[in-house]
Amino acid sequence: MLGDPQGHNDLPRADQRFSLAEKFVIRSLGFYYGRFQALRGINLTIRERQITALIGPSGCGKSTFLRSLNRMNDIIEGARTEGTVLLDEEDIYQPEIDVVALRRRVGMVFQRPNPFPMSIFDNIAFGPRIHGLAPGMELGDLVERSLQRAALWQEVKDKLRESALSLSGGQQQRLCIARVLAVDPEVVLMDEPCSALDPISTLRIEELMDELKESYTIVIVTHNMQQAARVSQETGFFLTGELIEFGPSEMIFTHPHDRRTEAYITGRFG
Amino acid sequence: MTAVRHHHSSVRRARRRLANTLMWVLATLSALAALVPLGFVLYYIAAQGLPALNLDFFTHVPRPVGEPGGGMANAIVGTIILIALASLVGLPIGLLGGIYLAEFGANRFAGIIRFAADVLSGVPSIVIGIFVYALVVVPMHRFSALAGGVALGIMMIPTVMRTSEELIRLVPASLREAALSLGATHPRTVFKVVLLAARAGVVTGVLLAIARIAGETAPLLFTAFGSNLWSARLDQPIASLPVQIFTYAIAPYDNWHAQAWAGALVLVAMILILSAAARYATRGRLRTVL
Repeated sequence: MLGDPQGHNDLPRADQRFSLAEKFVIRSLGFYYGRFQALRGINLTIRERQITALIGPSGCGKSTFLRSLNRMNDIIEGARTEGTVLLDEEDIYQPEIDVVALRRRVGMVFQRPNPFPMSIFDNIAFGPRIHGLAPGMELGDLVERSLQRAALWQEVKDKLRESALSLSGGQQQRLCIARVLAVDPEVVLMDEPCSALDPISTLRIEELMDELKESYTIVIVTHNMQQAARVSQETGFFLTGELIEFGPSEMIFTHPHDRRTEAYITGRFG
Repeated sequence: MTAVRHHHSSVRRARRRLANTLMWVLATLSALAALVPLGFVLYYIAAQGLPALNLDFFTHVPRPVGEPGGGMANAIVGTIILIALASLVGLPIGLLGGIYLAEFGANRFAGIIRFAADVLSGVPSIVIGIFVYALVVVPMHRFSALAGGVALGIMMIPTVMRTSEELIRLVPASLREAALSLGATHPRTVFKVVLLAARAGVVTGVLLAIARIAGETAPLLFTAFGSNLWSARLDQPIASLPVQIFTYAIAPYDNWHAQAWAGALVLVAMILILSAAARYATRGRLRTVL
């Protein structure tokens, strides 16, 4: 997967802005926490190897939506999902889907860095170990490669046996990204990955995302509209559980079609 | 008007300061009052026990009545054997039960278990002794170390179960989510990540539970019974410090009394060492868990 960058030849800029392949196709997605409907009638296509941003005020359902893409909502008691989520044309909510395999393909980075209370090495090796990837000597290489891809290797290469909790917040978040990359996913979901970080760490994560989109499909939930505008190719605006508008980020942030989108991005609410 | 208000507020401030001082003094005195009995107990046991403590105490078994000397070596070893047996019974049930309550504990059945554990921890220890007498001693037709271990083990279960439940619950949901999102199954998440994060606290809970049962006498009276001989056989009666202390303390011989004090000192020292170990294990627990 790595070393297979797509749309990276000498095409004019306008043409390489979108990849054509569809990674996720979501149709009529609804989601309930008990009786409360958190998502309704979501239709959305997420394209491969680009960054799709989801914005909207708190409680609008964007995080819930993100978590429905790797079935992290399954662990919530009394939750119910309806509609279809196709990943490479396969419905991930079919009963015969192996959730473990799904989550290996669709990794997730959370709002707050959440390294395990173990060494840096063991954090990265956790996923490969449980999935039986890279046994023995190769594991060290895999850990190194993952840390390099997450732009953390130079900072931690001499202290792989130290606790991951000794790292700074920004480093921890890159560690969490490396931990996801170590299981070789196709999609990386990011739930406000920079909201607990300082501006410099945020910038580093954004640069990293920009590199990663050559190999991975990235979906990011963010409260920071500048961030969405900076990093993403397409943006969706959520409001009270509905997808109000979805389109090229340039359009959403300059000429939104919907008045509510405009009100939100110009800071009139949220 | 301003002067009046000013005067008024200065009176109020003085009253507030007085109340503050008064409460501080009361709280400090209460805290000290809680420490005083512990201090006296430790001092008294040390003062009475130290003179009777010598090498023989740790290396010899009790002598028959009238013969001077002898020790409680068999009781010290017996207590350690009983604690080991109790841990074999109490730890697996307590820990796995705690994991169950923390991970799947949202249902009615778990509520019943929790209630039962709380009731069990309130059952007088002598009742547990009688229960194990009926359960183990009667069918085996003899007192045994095994029966003593079972009795102490039963007493450990509720403490270990509830503390490990609490500490597993304290592990932030974000760690669980991280493991699940990497494709870990629920059992793997619990055993590789959640328990690892909770380990320091769980170890403390276990050590405190052991410290609590180490000094129990009543449940051993009809189970392990006691012995004046060296014995490491699990199907035979076995000596233990608490029972030995009890036997010696109610006997009418002065040198036995002195040995009872020495036994008490050794027992308290063992428990203190365990508690200190528990403290040591929790160092930096907040860093790991929260």
